[in-house]
Amino acid sequence: MPALAGFPRADGRKGIRNVVAVAYLVECAHFVAHEVTLAFRGEPVHLVGFPGCYPNAYADKMMRRLLTHPNVGAVLLVSLGCESFDKRGLEAEVAASGRPVHTLTIQERGGTRKTLAEGVEWVRWALAELDAQPRVPMRWDELIVATVCGGSDGTSGITANPAVGRAFDTLIARGAACIFEETGELVGCEFHMQRRAATPELGDEIVRCVAKAARYYETLGHGSFAPGNADGGLTTQEEKSLGAYAKSGDSPISGLIKPGDIPPTGGLYLLDVVPDGEVRFGFPNISDNAEIVELIACGAHLTLFTTGRGSVVGSAISPVIKVCANPDTYDRLADDMDVNAGRILHGAATLDEVGAEIVALVQDVGHGRETASESLGHREFILTYKAFEPIGPSCLPLSLPVSLPIRAMPSTQQATP
Amino acid sequence: MTPATDPRLLLLNPADNCLVACRALPAGETLLIDGEPVTLPRPVAMAHKLARRALAVGDKVLRYGAVIGSVQRPIARGEHIHTNNLGSDYLPTYTLHDGSRYVLTQHD
Repeated sequence: MPALAGFPRADGRKGIRNVVAVAYLVECAHFVAHEVTLAFRGEPVHLVGFPGCYPNAYADKMMRRLLTHPNVGAVLLVSLGCESFDKRGLEAEVAASGRPVHTLTIQERGGTRKTLAEGVEWVRWALAELDAQPRVPMRWDELIVATVCGGSDGTSGITANPAVGRAFDTLIARGAACIFEETGELVGCEFHMQRRAATPELGDEIVRCVAKAARYYETLGHGSFAPGNADGGLTTQEEKSLGAYAKSGDSPISGLIKPGDIPPTGGLYLLDVVPDGEVRFGFPNISDNAEIVELIACGAHLTLFTTGRGSVVGSAISPVIKVCANPDTYDRLADDMDVNAGRILHGAATLDEVGAEIVALVQDVGHGRETASESLGHREFILTYKAFEPIGPSCLPLSLPVSLPIRAMPSTQQATP
Repeated sequence: MTPATDPRLLLLNPADNCLVACRALPAGETLLIDGEPVTLPRPVAMAHKLARRALAVGDKVLRYGAVIGSVQRPIARGEHIHTNNLGSDYLPTYTLHDGSRYVLTQHD
């Protein structure tokens, strides 16, 4: 059995899913796009989109990265017609990536009913095209794995998060790129991370980026600390941070990226999700899925989601593996969970054993196995306004930033079975 | 040999001055902490913290061997450590007061 099995794309990357993405380009086209996907319940047809009518460089970059993501095989764009989104630029970029793409403009097509009928017909055609594509062997160094935590409690930091950290260390040793994020939840860990950075300059960038996050949250008047966190036994932001930080494992930090930047090599990357400049557009990430979408825009093939209180979300485009930290939560929400890391608390497994179980599951999902949230039909998606400056020159010390969307593939690393 | 601590309490790092409950502990329960018994005045929920030793105002609480905040009110050995007696050194902690209002946890 090869390490993984994926769908080859023209840019050299491979996808572990072959999804038809239906994308609305303004909220006014959301309903029609959603109706198109409803005709394909149970099939890999996923709804994504951006609700805003005003132009936003971040949203434009995110949509381009998402719709040329390796897990996406074909794209239907649904436009109202008068919104400001650069739909022709987006369409041209998807077409240049070798994917079938089609744009429907509701005002030109003649309204809801006609657009819906044409959209359903096109998606049916696209599904048949994708159905004929076989999987090919895929190496570990072609895989990008992300991690987030949501609904954390006091168990997250002692079971699921360190177990994901062990899994990250194994995946990185095999050549994969792994991404952790939410610098606002790493307040208090900046000097620990600085010591792990590949270069001193990168370490300084990481400290600056966490200081930016702390400032941003201070301006807003709230940390990323929710009342449920305190009910679950967490007392302070830095306590929650240290527990979240355990997801990153022990590997050196290879780079600092921003949403839509694709890791140029294997190794561990920190994603800076807090906007640059003055505080605009509200909270950096209004819910867990906003973070997952940003990780997917960085090329993540799948996301390891640790939860203590119990989240049930999945995602459009890339599968979510749910690692449950709390054994009581696991008992209540077992259908929604993939891994029971809480058994560590009862002495029934070690961190290393759960870490190995996560790596084995990543491999199975990389061969097509459905995760719990996929089998339940979860396909959450959210994208809102943000503003970022490009990453600084010290953020990717191991390689020059590649001209995206092509990810440079390290040819010297051997795939590990 | 290190003095015994109840297996239901987890010491995450030898430097820590708090312990994490591996399961819910009822009020009145007597537990060994570093060989010395302590009786819980109130129940402690799973994953909540207990003081490993008496802590004074201004002491740093260590978990994972790292600082998670400063003590705001004196804490007895075995006492529950939470938002009423521990404060962040970075950002204030907000909780749902009576489950209805979103309030800043006050330390006076």
